[in-house]
Amino acid sequence: MNVTAIKELLYKMADDLLIIGHRNSEWTGLGPILEEDIAFSSMAQDKIGQAGALFEILHELGEDEPDTVAFMRDANKMHCAHFVELPNGEYDFSIMRHFLFDHADQLRFEMLANSSFEPLAQVAKKIKGELKYHVFHANTWLVKLGNGTEESKARMQTALNESWNYALGMFEVGDFEKELQSENIFEGEEALKTRWMANIVPFIEKANLKIPDTKSWEPILGGRKGYHTEYLQQLVEEMGEVFRLDPTAQW
Amino acid sequence: MINSLDPRIAREQINEDNTIAPLTEMDNWETYEVFHQKKRGEQHEHVGIVHAPNNEMALLFAKEQYGRRGISVNIWVVKTSNVFASDYDDADIFETVPDKQYREAGGYKVMEMINKYKKENKVK
Repeated sequence: MNVTAIKELLYKMADDLLIIGHRNSEWTGLGPILEEDIAFSSMAQDKIGQAGALFEILHELGEDEPDTVAFMRDANKMHCAHFVELPNGEYDFSIMRHFLFDHADQLRFEMLANSSFEPLAQVAKKIKGELKYHVFHANTWLVKLGNGTEESKARMQTALNESWNYALGMFEVGDFEKELQSENIFEGEEALKTRWMANIVPFIEKANLKIPDTKSWEPILGGRKGYHTEYLQQLVEEMGEVFRLDPTAQW
Repeated sequence: MINSLDPRIAREQINEDNTIAPLTEMDNWETYEVFHQKKRGEQHEHVGIVHAPNNEMALLFAKEQYGRRGISVNIWVVKTSNVFASDYDDADIFETVPDKQYREAGGYKVMEMINKYKKENKVK
């Protein structure tokens, strides 16, 4: 097994989940209605839990303790896509990001359920139900808001336009694609993107929204290599604030 | 209009004199009654309500409100407005008279045997 390649894959997945989980948790107590507040917060917790499971595997492969890895790194050591770092904005953007991200997340784990790297395949099988609910939640909101009032339709279309190139950036090709493919660990970002497109298009159509014109497609890259938006450093400082006070404290 | 940093206050559109803007159609969603089933084949039990604009979203919320902890295999949601209920003014229809007690399960002869056993074996 190519451990370096596996670590790269695990880090980008874990960081995506940790950061989107944190962002989505910022809605806790502020959600549009009580029921949705609970549902969205609960899914945010799931994401942090999924990140935790991956940090555990990384720890077994020789990396630091999960809490240390999650809370002690600065932005330039993180591997998340720019998409998950962006501030929440309004609920339209948060729902659109949830939709575009969670479809990719679900498919990535679906592909990894057959991975030759057993620990990852096990996590993928374990969280299958969680991901199914997340995607069901995202689809339901997207279709509802896309077919709602003039305002909700316009907001969702704007959110899609603004999200699109960031979403494409989730599929930034890594340095070890070939190694991961040849060892049957992961089929790769391009294969994932193709499946993702096939899955999201029917729901975008059902929501009467339009994917931006191909000519304007320009994936926003760099996150996987440690280059980030200005928002990430701020986020990691806030997220790790308490932990950094005393990293040796027992919880 | 009171402008608050808390979106829950801001979206209520509260005027300076504390009056609230009149509600429009989707401001208050209907309630749905939620029933969950712990095991396939068992009866669905009523567990509470959720607010939702349609069936799918009611299901979405019900799963997180009531199926998040503990075991569930299935959930039903039913619009509260679709429940046909008896009237509290008619609560007297449920009253029973003492001489109908032979129709209650407690009236079966077996109770005598159970009480006798309890007495003999000092079971409380």
